[in-house]
Amino acid sequence: MKPEIPNSFRTGPDERGHFGVYGGRFVAETLMPLILDLERHYEAAKRDPAFKAELDHLLTHYVGRPSPLYFAERLTDYAREKATGGRGAKIYFKREELNHTGAHKINNVLGQILLARRMGKSRIIAETGAGQHGVATATACAKFGLECIVYMGAVDVERQKPNVFRMNMLGAKVVPVLSGARTLKDAMNEALRDWVTNVENTFYCIGTVAGPHPYPAMVRDFQCIIGEETRAQMLAAEGRLPDSLIACIGGGSNAMGLFHPFLDERQIEIYGVEAAGYGLDKKHAASLAGGRPGVLHGNRTYLLMDGDGQIEEGHSISAGLDYPGIGPEHAWLKETGRVIYLSATDDEALAAFQLCAKLEGIIPALEPAHALARAVEIAAEKPRDHLMVVNLSGRGDKDLFTVADHLGGM
Amino acid sequence: MRRIETRFAELARARRAALVTFVMAGDPDLETSLAILKALPAAGADVIELGMPFTDPMADGPAIQAAGLRALHAGTTLAKTLALAADFRAHDRTTPLVLMGYYNPIYVHGVRQFLAEAKKAGVDGVIVVDLPPEEDSELCIPAREAGLAFIRLATPTTDAARLPAVLAHTSGFLYYVSITGITGAGAPDVAKVTAAVARLKQHTDLPVAVGFGVKNAASAAAIASIADGVVVGSALVEAIRKSLDEAGRPTPGSVAAVTGLVRELAAGVHAAARGFARTGQSA
Repeated sequence: MKPEIPNSFRTGPDERGHFGVYGGRFVAETLMPLILDLERHYEAAKRDPAFKAELDHLLTHYVGRPSPLYFAERLTDYAREKATGGRGAKIYFKREELNHTGAHKINNVLGQILLARRMGKSRIIAETGAGQHGVATATACAKFGLECIVYMGAVDVERQKPNVFRMNMLGAKVVPVLSGARTLKDAMNEALRDWVTNVENTFYCIGTVAGPHPYPAMVRDFQCIIGEETRAQMLAAEGRLPDSLIACIGGGSNAMGLFHPFLDERQIEIYGVEAAGYGLDKKHAASLAGGRPGVLHGNRTYLLMDGDGQIEEGHSISAGLDYPGIGPEHAWLKETGRVIYLSATDDEALAAFQLCAKLEGIIPALEPAHALARAVEIAAEKPRDHLMVVNLSGRGDKDLFTVADHLGGM
Repeated sequence: MRRIETRFAELARARRAALVTFVMAGDPDLETSLAILKALPAAGADVIELGMPFTDPMADGPAIQAAGLRALHAGTTLAKTLALAADFRAHDRTTPLVLMGYYNPIYVHGVRQFLAEAKKAGVDGVIVVDLPPEEDSELCIPAREAGLAFIRLATPTTDAARLPAVLAHTSGFLYYVSITGITGAGAPDVAKVTAAVARLKQHTDLPVAVGFGVKNAASAAAIASIADGVVVGSALVEAIRKSLDEAGRPTPGSVAAVTGLVRELAAGVHAAARGFARTGQSA
């Protein structure tokens, strides 16, 4: 069933939180009034110039925005050497890894924390997989003196110890989740259980463009600064808009942030890269490529599951990508054909990780290394005047031990 | 036959509350689960809620989470849950049977197919935790068209403004969640629940059953004196868990562990003083 191609790709979701058939509000009744309350407050904040001014000030002075748009000259040369017929696009990096806390996550967290303060909530809960969203949330809570509880699968606590330590240093309480498969999806279940229990004083700060409406739209809006800056920066650098955009996708917030401001410029090619893990025919975390529509964590979207609708574990070398779902807006953008979704395996991401480090002196996180793997290939097929932007969504310090393990030690 | 309505009407005439028992389909395995189901009515269960196991039960506490995992490990699927329901119904024509769970397995199975199979299996209603009134077009409306009750949960956060929407398409009975929290959590505050049930009764003629946190005969009796039904779930699946051997297999005492507790709970419910709550539903 092919959805209709809309006049604009930027008007969603509808008032019930749907992007086509995806999204929605599939939550227990206890949470429903809280979600409606959040939606009301978010709509009011969006229209309040004071809210925007406060967030902009923080993004400038606390996060360090705008993040640079950087011409990756040697990676461009590398792609051109691989290309035939004098081809090879010009590759730019949107340097989200230079943000405070080292990833794009802080853009969204500051927006939500300012909203929590407006709503008078004193206690913040969050889920985290790799720990990047947890660290960003712990950081913002430290800055504003808010209680912070981060749910993290016990398996992830073990494999992401540096981030657990960072969160502890920032004064957050990290709760290892022992239920289910003990990874990100179970951390999200546990955060929802906390929220159902502590309805009065608690704000749930979701880290990606998923969950019940209004989260997918709200998190996207807070991340759209990535694409808005990219537009202005590319116009300044090259005098025109980019020809293609590419970003990695777990839940998909860094990708939505880059893509959304450009969705209605139909001539711009947009690529999302999922984690193919060991390969799409083996264990992976590519919900769009290998999943089917279902309902989990408050929204309808593509999910990895068995024939009976039981959720399966994703696998990726990148803990930030191994979530068995994806933001509902991505599901809709896939079905409308506006965004092309690709994937990269663990090995391809590892190779791109090393390539970027050696050629550009930038150690990327394993998440954007997935986007880099496909970017170099696509760039090699494009003409030399093609302008490509890769969202370098996070830095790779957190992944050094993982990479060392895979490469046989340091 | 409208088994839910008939049962609540009978109990209203008898002036006592219903004991609504929850067990997970396929916990600890399908054979034992069927034996437990068949034994529940004689032990004192007036209405049976049969859980449909799901990997990610976000509104459930540790006891029901574990029950669901036991059932999944034992190979339980939605199709086998429906077959279990049919087996129970072949044995018992009168006890209302309600399926309870989460939406994804139903959605993946196919809503129309699920409803048709559930109806054929002798299921009387469904409770789906993650379908609020805002998503009524998904399953609630089709369920009612298929002749199944759609039993909704009302909670302490359901304010006056939301209550009409929550009640609008609810049928069979209304399930009042006595606490803000997950299943099996803290004990309900009887005074608060009393006030909440009275408030609900002003807006609906449906029977109101109260659950979450009811663990023993005393708490069951306290709730039974103020509501039309008492729901017990976590305590029963915990009784199953405690009856298992070290490898998680059922023992000869597994069925009796559940029925023994149900007898105690039923005694509590039967002994409860008559309350004002049930008088409203003679209408």
